[in-house]
Amino acid sequence: MKPVIWLILRRAGFGFLTIIVISLIIFIGVELLPGDVAETVLGQNATQETVEAFRKALKLELPPHVRYRVWLTDFVQGDFGRSLANGREVSGLIGWRFANTLFLALTTAAIAIPLSVMLGMMAAFYRNTLFDKVISITTLSFISFPEFFIAYILITLFSVQFNIFPSMANINESMTLVAKLHAILLPALTLTCVVTAHMMRQTRAAIINVLASAYIEMAELKGIRRLRIIMRHAFPNSLSPVINVVALNLAYLIVGVVIVEVVFVYPGLGQLLVDSVSKRDIPVVQASGLIFAGAYISLNMMADILSMLANPRLRQSQTS
Amino acid sequence: MNLLIKSPLSARIGLCIVLFNIIVAIFAPLIAPYSETEVVGDVWEQMSGNSLLGTDHLGRDLMSRLIFGARNTIALAFITTMLSFLSGTTLGFVAAVKGGWIDNLFSRIIDIIMAFPTLIFALMILSVMGSSVMILIVTIAILDSTRVYRLARAVAMDIEVMDFVEVARLRGEGLWWIMRREILPNAMPSLVAEFGLRFCFVFLFIASLSFLGLGLQPPLADWGGMVRENAGAITFGIFIPLIPAAAIAFLTVGVNLIVDWFLHLASGMHN
Amino acid sequence: MKSENLLQIRNLFIEGFYENQWNTIVDDISLDLKRGEVLGLIGESGAGKSTIGLAAMGYTRQGCRLASGSIKLDGMELFGASEEQLRSIRGDKIAYVAQSAAASFNPSHRIIHQYAEGPVQHGIMDYEQARKNAVKIYDRLFLPDPEKIGLRYPHELSGGQLQRAMVAMSMSCEPDIIVFDEPTTALDVTTQIEVLASVKEITEKMNKAALYITHDLAVVAQVAHRIMVLRNGGLVEEGETRRLIKKPKEKYTRDLLSVRTLSEDKNDEDKTDVILKVKDVYATYNGVDNVLEDINLTVRRGRTVALVGESGSGKSTLARVITGMLPATRGEISFLGQPLSPDLKHRDKNNLRRLQMIYQMPDTALNPKQTVRTVIGRPLDFYFGIRGKEAEKRIRDLLTRIELEPAKYIDRLTPELSGGEKQRICIARALAAEPDFIICDEVTSALDQLVAEGILSLLQDLQREMNISYLFITHDLATVKAIADKIVIMLEGRIIEQGEKKEVLTPPHHEYTDKLLASVPVMDPDWLDNLLDKRASTFLS
Repeated sequence: MKPVIWLILRRAGFGFLTIIVISLIIFIGVELLPGDVAETVLGQNATQETVEAFRKALKLELPPHVRYRVWLTDFVQGDFGRSLANGREVSGLIGWRFANTLFLALTTAAIAIPLSVMLGMMAAFYRNTLFDKVISITTLSFISFPEFFIAYILITLFSVQFNIFPSMANINESMTLVAKLHAILLPALTLTCVVTAHMMRQTRAAIINVLASAYIEMAELKGIRRLRIIMRHAFPNSLSPVINVVALNLAYLIVGVVIVEVVFVYPGLGQLLVDSVSKRDIPVVQASGLIFAGAYISLNMMADILSMLANPRLRQSQTS
Repeated sequence: MNLLIKSPLSARIGLCIVLFNIIVAIFAPLIAPYSETEVVGDVWEQMSGNSLLGTDHLGRDLMSRLIFGARNTIALAFITTMLSFLSGTTLGFVAAVKGGWIDNLFSRIIDIIMAFPTLIFALMILSVMGSSVMILIVTIAILDSTRVYRLARAVAMDIEVMDFVEVARLRGEGLWWIMRREILPNAMPSLVAEFGLRFCFVFLFIASLSFLGLGLQPPLADWGGMVRENAGAITFGIFIPLIPAAAIAFLTVGVNLIVDWFLHLASGMHN
Repeated sequence: MKSENLLQIRNLFIEGFYENQWNTIVDDISLDLKRGEVLGLIGESGAGKSTIGLAAMGYTRQGCRLASGSIKLDGMELFGASEEQLRSIRGDKIAYVAQSAAASFNPSHRIIHQYAEGPVQHGIMDYEQARKNAVKIYDRLFLPDPEKIGLRYPHELSGGQLQRAMVAMSMSCEPDIIVFDEPTTALDVTTQIEVLASVKEITEKMNKAALYITHDLAVVAQVAHRIMVLRNGGLVEEGETRRLIKKPKEKYTRDLLSVRTLSEDKNDEDKTDVILKVKDVYATYNGVDNVLEDINLTVRRGRTVALVGESGSGKSTLARVITGMLPATRGEISFLGQPLSPDLKHRDKNNLRRLQMIYQMPDTALNPKQTVRTVIGRPLDFYFGIRGKEAEKRIRDLLTRIELEPAKYIDRLTPELSGGEKQRICIARALAAEPDFIICDEVTSALDQLVAEGILSLLQDLQREMNISYLFITHDLATVKAIADKIVIMLEGRIIEQGEKKEVLTPPHHEYTDKLLASVPVMDPDWLDNLLDKRASTFLS
């Protein structure tokens, strides 16, 4: 077996295992509800019928391992059960919200990745110049700011003062793509600021690390032009760490998206999750939590696999 | 002291910010003009002599709530970070020094916890357990200690391969001496810088949870919650929610400036 | 009109930035290099020799700057030349061979592409032409399979091959001068020969001028016509190689040249008692492959056993097995007549105390956050419960014994000491435990020559006074000759020959011992030529 394929399979296997363990934790978490689940969630003065209905909805009459299996099989088939709050199908609640969240995250990624990789490379090449210092202070601030601070500043500027973009990112299926993009521009910009700051700083560090290598000095002593040194000697070797940085920060988007959705009242999965947590609507929390965790784990896994593929040593042992 | 004189402007600014916040937090009852819950005027009043920064959505003095909020939020974040550091560093050091199955067991458990996005994990725990100060502290400390563990273990591993640790082992020294006397002093610079970063993270995390309505519960003042309570004002062109948000940003920038300087120093010492 | 001197450096000063100010690191150096001439630059660490070598290419590392002087390469002034001018001569007129080929080749590209990059980028020839040249030169430098070896990636070559590939690469643009910066320092002695032979091939047969930078006088004597001895950035003396070796003018050069014989032969081997006996020992790291096989050796009281081998021979692993860091899988180790538990965890405090170890890198063997007092005081407290005034007195005695003034050193943190001082503190720490037996793992190889000699003679004195036994692990045969009573030679995890020093060093030897002994450079300019001639003739016959 080729070593790199073997490594990738192992990593994928580990990712899959993690998702299973996470689903088990999510499931057991509900089991651990102190006291009687139904009474705790519904409150002391719930009627006998509502308690019964609740128990049925959570399939509490079945033994735990059977319940877990049923829950997981249903989940894989797209049946997430019913919401405790309003009795609707969870899958129906989640479906288009998940699509909305994905739309927001992808828009952000499309702006943030090229921007931060470019800025990171420039800061590394022109390190210790004024440009580098300005970028460094700016990104440090963005990292220090809570997402909602950036969000409210943007709202104050662009919706209250100038009234260019809406402060509420309301979208629905009948809107055109342009209208949708207009609506989500402020949330996407907020996320971009935070994600870019992290991504750019790590890209800069990764490239500076490569530029300090002995083979870069050797290339200079061979009389190679600076641009060629960067493109041919530094770039291929920084690819692996930079890909890793990018993918890891996309995973960070998942956390950021929850808060930004709440600020802009955006109908996404994060908003739904937060609402359900305050209502303690457990089936919805379970389902959306598992989706978020799954996305996060997949991104982390992708980061590792891509950077394995981009690593020159591993790539070569595959071809030779 | 000598270091302080040579420190760059940014680090001094950071230090001033952090000291200012700490003083405000400690002496909150002496400084604040009103109590945390006292209603002093109408809803969202403008700045005046009566209330320096105006009033909040219930007509309470914003300034006083900001001061008490400093106390609640900073104390909460500090206790949580301390807790996460104690557990994370201890476990990380033990894993690095002992190695073998202990290291494997710890590291796999940590891998699983870290495979979960922190905020989502916290939200799920809070949905099951409900939100109380105790649960908040323990949950965040556990989640955060995973990152501390990773760093402490990595740093300790780097030190552990040094011959002076082998000398101690060959002498017959126990785990405690090796961790406390050989590894800890050498890990200190990395750990102190990490403490700053973790504090920022925990502080922002608590603020975010409060902002989502799942952190400290009203009427206790905390900065994240104050942003949420007053969020509606922004559409009327009243900037009250920006003030507590700015306070959060202000403190984290301050801590980050110090950390940056410290990291710079630590890397300089290496060369 | 070209000047006679290819390279002419006049009154060169270079400064380095540390401790918050600019300090002179190269102090008023002038040198001349003619076409076809090899100039050796020799000195201990901090002599500024690499800095001078790079300055000859108009290059300074980060944190350094050319302060004043003149560097003329074939009539062109490099001091103050533009980046573009400097770029055009680098690789083309003057090329560089670094110490570590493994780090200096880009891991992403094939060897041949890195070879061809210089000539193609300088517009001297196209890739096809460069490839053909490369094959020729790979062949001349005895690289295996010269047609195909260039298609490999750097990590697919051995250390010695990679270093020769880099020597070949420096020739890609047919430069006038090559700067060799310690090209054999990281290699084993038997591999060093191959690289030295390539250097010789290029400088002698292809008639290139070169600056050869090294800390090893015996090595530079093989390749250089002239030698400059440097110290602390300044010139000590300069002269034609044979003259310098025969009749050095300065004391410093004489010290570098002095032949080391420290121990007298002891022939009463059987009379003293056995301290350590290793019997039929096997060890493994992964549970499958043995890294040590069938190891048998004994160490007697007051004697020094030298354990010799190249990297990967298992000599340091054997030390780990004896200390119990890596428990042996089979066999027995007995210490002072008693069987010793294979695992460190099950050994009692008294045995731990009596078996001490000193390491190669004094920098990492001392905790940088501890003072000398703590370092030496801890074993006193730990083993004997000695504290307070009594401990203070003992620490001072020990410092006196290792020839460091107590009042000056006792309260210093270890990073404030020099390499040699640190190694002395390590010795004092071992002595504090009052051991019977000390394992010395390459204790002098990280130190400069003169400092190393000081450490060796201290160890000898201590042995004489306190009757301590040493197991002396080293790859340096000169050290072995200087201090060993008994020699054990290891190869690939096995002992291939052992015996009294005289026995092992006089023929007939085991085939490998022969190769090892023959590979150690001798302070004789003809040594390499003779050796290569001899090898060529045995190869032909």
